[in-house]
Amino acid sequence: MKKILNKPVLAVGPFHPLQEEAEFFQLTLDGEIVTDIDMRISYNHRGIEAISETLQFDQVPFLVSRVCGICSASHPLAYVNAVEEIAGITPPERAQYVRVIINELERIHSHMLWVGLAGHFIGYDTVFMWAWKYREPVLDILEEITGNRNNYGNVKVGGCREDVPNEMIPKIRQKLDELEKKVEMLVKVVLDDPVIHARLKGVGVLTKEAARQYAVAGPTARGSGIAIDVRRDDPYAAYSDLDWNVITQPEGDVFAKAVVRLLEVLESIKIIRQAVDKLPDGPIDMEVKEIPAGEGCGHAEAPRGETFHYVRSDGGNRPVRHKIRAPSFVNVPSFRASCIGQHIADVTITLAAVDPCYSCTERLAVVDGHNNVIHDYESLLKLSREKTARIKKEIL
Amino acid sequence: MNWIRWLKKSPWVFHVNTGACNNCDIEIVNCLTPKYDIERLGIKLVGSPRHADALLVTGVGTRQAVPRLLEIYRQMPKPCVVFLIGACAIGTGIFAGGYHVAGPVDEILKKEDPNVIIAYVPGCPPKPEAMISGIVKALAIL
Amino acid sequence: MKQEELKSRLEEIKDKLIAIEQPRDNRIYLLCEAEDAYAVDKFLFEGLNLRFVIATGIDAEGCFEILYHFANDETGTFVTTRAFIRDHENPSIESITPLIPGAEWIERETHDVLGIDFKNHPNLRRLILSDDWPEGVYPLRKACPACPEPAEGSKTKELKNEKDIE
Repeated sequence: MKKILNKPVLAVGPFHPLQEEAEFFQLTLDGEIVTDIDMRISYNHRGIEAISETLQFDQVPFLVSRVCGICSASHPLAYVNAVEEIAGITPPERAQYVRVIINELERIHSHMLWVGLAGHFIGYDTVFMWAWKYREPVLDILEEITGNRNNYGNVKVGGCREDVPNEMIPKIRQKLDELEKKVEMLVKVVLDDPVIHARLKGVGVLTKEAARQYAVAGPTARGSGIAIDVRRDDPYAAYSDLDWNVITQPEGDVFAKAVVRLLEVLESIKIIRQAVDKLPDGPIDMEVKEIPAGEGCGHAEAPRGETFHYVRSDGGNRPVRHKIRAPSFVNVPSFRASCIGQHIADVTITLAAVDPCYSCTERLAVVDGHNNVIHDYESLLKLSREKTARIKKEIL
Repeated sequence: MNWIRWLKKSPWVFHVNTGACNNCDIEIVNCLTPKYDIERLGIKLVGSPRHADALLVTGVGTRQAVPRLLEIYRQMPKPCVVFLIGACAIGTGIFAGGYHVAGPVDEILKKEDPNVIIAYVPGCPPKPEAMISGIVKALAIL
Repeated sequence: MKQEELKSRLEEIKDKLIAIEQPRDNRIYLLCEAEDAYAVDKFLFEGLNLRFVIATGIDAEGCFEILYHFANDETGTFVTTRAFIRDHENPSIESITPLIPGAEWIERETHDVLGIDFKNHPNLRRLILSDDWPEGVYPLRKACPACPEPAEGSKTKELKNEKDIE
């Protein structure tokens, strides 16, 4: 006997790529409550692991920096960590510091991007415009160092391609000072706003146990009280010489993740300040003759969590297997734990809370199983914004 | 009636990612934010291809995304302009030869509609300035 | 868990392993047959409370290897179970998704790209390859055509239970 599907099904996507994976979500609803979630990815699958096996060890960093445009410093870093582990080499000290600086600048602009988009989703477009305006100076610094606003291609096996010139350091410091004031203001604005409290607290809770079960990483895990951070746990680059705090929040809701990200921006500023202070003189590059046969695991803390690369070499000039795990690959399935039982107006912000990149959220289609009404992304966003407006009215 | 002339005044654009690394997409959104603010030039990002005059395509065109891209292109009112943003969309870029890559996107679109109008904005990713300049130049030629 | 404690605890499952390799201080590889992988992973995840990172499937010479990477975050150590699947024609291994829900996607992906059957997986549908990708072609196997023709009669399979809606 055929089962009758009598519950409304909400189709989200596929054209709203989340980070490197465009995805198709299917939410089953009971009234306005989400009862099940199903996901389909493949839209952004480019077969990078197979392409990587056709490239030489030194060409791969350019490829993996294009796994994800926003994590384009962390992926190559995780890859070179793995290859340097196989070769048993340690790059020069200055290169390690340059890697830290690029990586932390990336974290700042990525977290600012998230804060802006999160504001956009709950109807605070001012936060969106502010946050994106404040991240521009960071992109300018990156452009000045590496030559590109994104996709830096700065890391190579055995060192870095572009140096941070000593003459640039006062400028970096000055920009960081300006940024710090603005971020502090933004932290106050976001964290003291009663509407944001009412809108985000208790929404999309990912419990500590569920976070462990789904093996989530980065701010998604730290927002659920799991204090993991590759930079501290398995220090790479120059992180072992620097002093900063791992930010955690126990609640696991969207608000906790927002707090973690905002405070991490301030920690990143702290790290860059120390790194430019301690920046040693010397070369940024060393000669790497060959990569011997062997295997290596490399990981790096990307803005969204741990990026993991496994590389196997047979002594030739190409990797024979290169496994890439981006943090979203484990963070996104945790929607199953955080979305079920949620109100539909909270789904957008819950999905956004793990920082999947919402750059292309232009087409969401809502299919109502009862009467086949098709809404679009705008209406889902409207639901989210209406809820904020309602809360605003109740509070004020 | 000369629809192209109308289109040139205030082009509304719809953005579709067919397997990009998100960089071009972020830079497109960057165009909307205070530093570049293309809305002051009348360029507006819209939520449906049926409202759009121009299609911004990023990404290599993966096997899964290409049928959806064509679906979107069919929904667009004609005449329309297709902007291919970034190296991937123009010629599959660094991902050339991948098993899941169906692109380049321009060949696919030409097969679907031989009269398609395509403009190319190169770069990996193109800077927001490059995108704005590309759109301005293309509209001047039309 | 400190490094010494981790190493002494790993002795508990020694009878299931072929060997323990430690190329460097914080990288430990546990070699085992596919049949024993589930028990070893269960011990690592539940017994030792390690964090599951990801699994890697490799088309090695004469066999498939599945590597389950676990992390001990206190010391930054990777403990990797290396399971050998000797049957190259019909490779299969016990799924760990019932144990670790976070492994669902990676097992589906490995099934897509290498054609390894994960027994008892609750939901082994296609995840990473396109709808028109032909059955039985596995892109990460060593002997795979570069870009196969679309499967005949393929159509969009986005809905979970198409039959339910008909």
